[in-house]
Amino acid sequence: MAAVQDGQLNLEVEKDIKTEITNDDSGNINANSSSPGSTSSGGKSKSPAGSGEDQQTLLAVLQFLKRNKLTESVDILRREAGLSADADDSPISESAGAGSSGAPNVGADGGDANSLLSRVSIATPAALPATAPLAPPKVVAASGGEDQPDVNVVLSAYSQQGDPVLYPLYYNGLKKFIESVLDCHRAELSQVFYPLFVHMYLELVYNNHENEAKQFFEKFSGDQECYYEEDLRILSSMSKKEHMKGNETMLDFRTSKFVLRISRDSYQLLKRHLQERQNNQIWNIIQEHLYIDIFDGMPRSKSQIDAMSGSLAGEAKRDANKAKVFYGLLKEPEIEVPLDDEDEEAENEEGKPKKKKPKKDSMGSKSKKQDPNAPQQTRIPLPELKDSDKLDKIMNMKEATKKIRLGPDNLPSICFYSFLNAYQGLTAVDFTDDSSLIAGGFADSTVRVWSVTPRKLRRVKSAADLSNIDKESDDVLERIMDEKTASESKILYGHSGPVYGISFSPDRNYLLSSSEDGTVRLWSLQTFTCLVGYKGHNYPVWDTQFSPYGYYFISGGHDRVARLWATDHYQPLRMFAGHLADITCTRFHPNSNYVATGSADRTIRLWDVLTGNCVRILTGHKGPIHSLAFSPNGKFMASGATDSRVLLWDIGHGLMVGELKGHTDTIYALKFSRDGEILASGSMDNTVKLWDTLKAFDDVELDDFTAATGHIHLPENSQELLLGTYMTKSTPVIHLHFTRRNLLLAAGAYNP
Amino acid sequence: MAEERRPKQCTVVLPTESMKAMAESIGVGQLQEESCAALSEEVSYRIKEIAQDALKFMHHGKRCKLTTSDIDHALKLKNVEPLYGFQSQEFIPFRFASGGGRELHFYEEKEVDLSDIINTPLPRVPLDVSLKAHWLSIEGVQPAIPENPPPAPKEQQKAESTEPLKAVKPGQEEEGGSIQKGQGATSAEAKGKKEGLMRMKPRSTHELSVEQQLYYKEITEACVGSCEAKRAEALQSIATDPGLYQMLPRFSTFISEGVRVNVVQNNLALLIYLMRMVKALMDNPTLYLEKYLHELIPAVVTCIVSKQLCLRPDVDNHWALRDFAARLMAQSCKTFSTTTNNIQSRITKTFTKSWMDDKTQWTTRYGCIAGLSELGPDVIKTLILPRLTVEGARIKSVSDGPVVSNIDKIGADHVQSLLLKHCASVIAKTRPLPDNVEQYRVDYGYLGPMLCSHVVKARAQAALQAQQVNRTTLTITQPRPTLTVSQSGIGGSGGSRTPSIIKVPSSLTLMSTRPGTPTQPSPPATKYIVMATSSGASSTQQVITLSSSSASSVTSTVASATSTLQPLVKLESGGAGSLGGSRPLQKYIVVSLPTSTSSSLESKSGVLPPSSSTSPILLEAGMKMERSDSPGASTQSPH
Repeated sequence: MAAVQDGQLNLEVEKDIKTEITNDDSGNINANSSSPGSTSSGGKSKSPAGSGEDQQTLLAVLQFLKRNKLTESVDILRREAGLSADADDSPISESAGAGSSGAPNVGADGGDANSLLSRVSIATPAALPATAPLAPPKVVAASGGEDQPDVNVVLSAYSQQGDPVLYPLYYNGLKKFIESVLDCHRAELSQVFYPLFVHMYLELVYNNHENEAKQFFEKFSGDQECYYEEDLRILSSMSKKEHMKGNETMLDFRTSKFVLRISRDSYQLLKRHLQERQNNQIWNIIQEHLYIDIFDGMPRSKSQIDAMSGSLAGEAKRDANKAKVFYGLLKEPEIEVPLDDEDEEAENEEGKPKKKKPKKDSMGSKSKKQDPNAPQQTRIPLPELKDSDKLDKIMNMKEATKKIRLGPDNLPSICFYSFLNAYQGLTAVDFTDDSSLIAGGFADSTVRVWSVTPRKLRRVKSAADLSNIDKESDDVLERIMDEKTASESKILYGHSGPVYGISFSPDRNYLLSSSEDGTVRLWSLQTFTCLVGYKGHNYPVWDTQFSPYGYYFISGGHDRVARLWATDHYQPLRMFAGHLADITCTRFHPNSNYVATGSADRTIRLWDVLTGNCVRILTGHKGPIHSLAFSPNGKFMASGATDSRVLLWDIGHGLMVGELKGHTDTIYALKFSRDGEILASGSMDNTVKLWDTLKAFDDVELDDFTAATGHIHLPENSQELLLGTYMTKSTPVIHLHFTRRNLLLAAGAYNP
Repeated sequence: MAEERRPKQCTVVLPTESMKAMAESIGVGQLQEESCAALSEEVSYRIKEIAQDALKFMHHGKRCKLTTSDIDHALKLKNVEPLYGFQSQEFIPFRFASGGGRELHFYEEKEVDLSDIINTPLPRVPLDVSLKAHWLSIEGVQPAIPENPPPAPKEQQKAESTEPLKAVKPGQEEEGGSIQKGQGATSAEAKGKKEGLMRMKPRSTHELSVEQQLYYKEITEACVGSCEAKRAEALQSIATDPGLYQMLPRFSTFISEGVRVNVVQNNLALLIYLMRMVKALMDNPTLYLEKYLHELIPAVVTCIVSKQLCLRPDVDNHWALRDFAARLMAQSCKTFSTTTNNIQSRITKTFTKSWMDDKTQWTTRYGCIAGLSELGPDVIKTLILPRLTVEGARIKSVSDGPVVSNIDKIGADHVQSLLLKHCASVIAKTRPLPDNVEQYRVDYGYLGPMLCSHVVKARAQAALQAQQVNRTTLTITQPRPTLTVSQSGIGGSGGSRTPSIIKVPSSLTLMSTRPGTPTQPSPPATKYIVMATSSGASSTQQVITLSSSSASSVTSTVASATSTLQPLVKLESGGAGSLGGSRPLQKYIVVSLPTSTSSSLESKSGVLPPSSSTSPILLEAGMKMERSDSPGASTQSPH
């Protein structure tokens, strides 16, 4: 690190951040809120869309006023806006088109089918120059009867309506067609079923055809892929228009387009079929609610598709993962390790290690050259190293020399910490990096800290007592501690709900905890008191984690927003919005420049801390993601979910590179060994499993084609990669940690 | 499959009657059917929404069980006031009631007498959270310590011993391979193994590691050594350690050889130590002992019936060893006897045969009687009671006749007290009042008068106990009469609601009567027993036993029990069998020794052990019952 050596600079750096943030925040949030759903073409259609939406809003307001018999206001507003009196008579049909797609003025007059088509094909602009014009979507015009602008703002798209009786026929027709196409296209086209099904069902529900909707659901829900079952369950409970208003899942379907990747050939087939059959109903849904990402080349196989699908809003668009990610590690600061190693503790205590020759081991060689994939040292301002941090780094390096090299022939020992008498209340665990402390978060709102070394936990003396001690003495650090408070564990009270996330700061002075009460709290491990309560999330905060360099931390929760904080700011520095459901876990990249969030929408997103942009969207999990882990070299990531699979990801390419099957329940803990050769996973099924990640990453052949298209062939080698399975005695594993010497620590609550 | 399930999801809606009931509860009468339908749909939807959110909290709480607090938090998310007063960690027992054609579920809140609370001693303070570390794995190998699950679960041990060939199947082999890998072999090695050994039957190795050898040495030495503290520790280790199965053959041989040698040398102390080892082995839940019964049972039986067990039979208390061994035998009969190995019937035969023999010595005689009577009241009733007269005469001849040897005298005394002890309780349960000394003398001969006084004592004690039992199991006994009525088809006023009493809600109440008993037998075990009872031919015997038992323990409503009572009764036997000795009874019929079945029908001699902790079991059995009552009825008829 281009270490910031003096204290003054620190302040400036912070100021920098602040200004950046104020600049970024608006842009960032704006971009995010508009990008996931509104339009396929992003910036291009933005300005016209803006005016169109303005007008639409005006019309909605007018409608509202009218309904409430505020005729005067109507007149005034109309005059102000310069609208003609008849303009508000046909607003709904317009909003039906415009509100959903962002492309304005596909009006009541029937619209231009080509323009609709072109929207679909914008990803490959040359794709469809010669498309025959579709029959004008008359249904759009037929929807003028709706008279509820407030609902329409969100739901307008569903107001277009055909004959409800025909829906099953349409769907069946398409099904027959897809079943009859060539095998190579069938898998790809089958992807259309699920989103079509959902939207047709929602249309039926929205238009109050309750019975038809039910029948439709019963008839076709069985055809859907099993991994959509959760969503189907939610859908099935929604049988009335009123239900749609407050339902989050509904909103997700509505506001975000379902993304499908389909090869050009398959897409042409589908289009030709729909045109021949004049199947406007389906065609409209495809246009309005789906985003079809067309690629050139061979159609994908069923297994390829299955590997990537499963998320709430389909796959990631290909260009969503094109941004460059600096996944390399930051250069380690040059710290001289005293060569006469072992018994130099006394010297180290003084805090100024002698300048000597740089050490000659692997760590040294790594730090010599800047990794081309690493971000600039100062890309994110990092706190400067304190003397104590340097001491810790030296300790770390010393320990590292004693590190056991792990491998398939050399499995780690596992030490299991069982929480006894926790009465099902243990919700989160963390270890310090040097494995000296364990913290547990409990459902009874407490946080408890244990010392696992003989060193007991002591509190700093009170202010009055502190004034009495001799500040000049050598052992002042010892003297400030109150011996009377020494104990093996301490309890921290402060939260008012279960503690779901917990994280130690790298320097072991602080502890973060996030809770159901919507706050994140910072605790001092010197005084064992709460220092700050960070308020911002209004809903439960599911997870929080300190940056590997301290100072920053990330939190994410039920409000679907991940926030980046600095410990000395009471407001977040960044808000990462874009997930469609709860953010269930949050992790910092080892270089602290990126943040990964896993969500209940079954996607993982990687965010750039500097710009606040989402740089990766990783789909493939079939259930809410509950654990994430970065490999120590920053290149790979592992994720575990309720679907009891571990997926491995290449961050640089944004690709799935492995699938580890074997667990039978939710995976709550993942951790790479210190050198990254072994991945440990812990699950609700009471097992710890060890996986050979070196082999897993070696087996992946990443040719240019794969990298470019993102079509992966996953090797079926879970069994070969599994190095060991260790059953616990009815103790779910909820945290894993490798000590600096590569001993694996696991923790969980004994649950008799 | 999925297609079958999903339509259900779509249509699950609360019944409109519930809406009406709820409306009435807040004072809205006369709700229209349409509004009810609309309401119920809306409410169902909202409830589903809440449930989905509550699941989120469950997942983040790292639990598999949804709790009331999850629901509260989910409500909070929706800005709804949470429900107060439902803080139970366990499920909340709703009771079910009906009447006038309406059905209702309610949450029972009993009136609590404050003085009860004040007078009961304070419960133990729950322990605080604590942290304990152990090695889950050492360099890839999981150590066999109590903190870890047993390396080879009981099922696997069983599979190995019963179906050794199964291990050769490729699928199995693969599994074994992955386990092997887990134990530290490299994947390459495992692969080699897979290819090389694919066709070979895996030889079960009995080699012990150095640590195991050391352990074995230490344990056996401690078990038979002189230090009692060490022995206690060693036995504790045998009884709890999960990783012993590899050493089991050695232990078994050690015991059987030990008994053989020490019986000859009349070393009473060592025999006792060895029997305690057997007990410890049997107590270990992770061991599959069936494989070694051929060594263990002869050893135990030897300790029961051997002519001489000690150097000075007149002074040493070898009777205690016989009693202890007899209990062990009874326990192993209970746990290991199956229709194929017929342990119980074979053992019973052995005992009876030598007992019947006139030349048998008093020591052996004592052992036989002890062994038989430990097998349960039914065995006593059918085998021992009829022979009381004969035995009494024999005792009389020794005590009244010329003193042949002191040893015989002592033996006869012991036999006499043993008979009195075991028979009195059985007679007390079965013999109708009054207890007439003369009548007893006529029935039982020499022992009659003494028996009579014992029986009177036993009755007094039983009455005392019954009071206590009745108090604790009040809620359990209540549903029984109603159940009977419905089964017999007497359509009374309660007739319509009886079937529902078998349903879960009422059972939940039963459960709730003893919420936190730590030693509650687990339901799975019960299930097993219930099934076993309903399957065999033995079920008739059981039915008889139990009808009587319920009659004795419950009040007069049941005393008039006709054959319609059987299903109810059978359910009880399932429960009782898991605790006390009623299970052996079933096997007894299979033995078919000379008894009068008719008398057993009349006398109804079953003993229901004071069933304070049977209530959770009853619930299980109650649910099983509906299925099992028809075979019960059919097997009844031949008798």
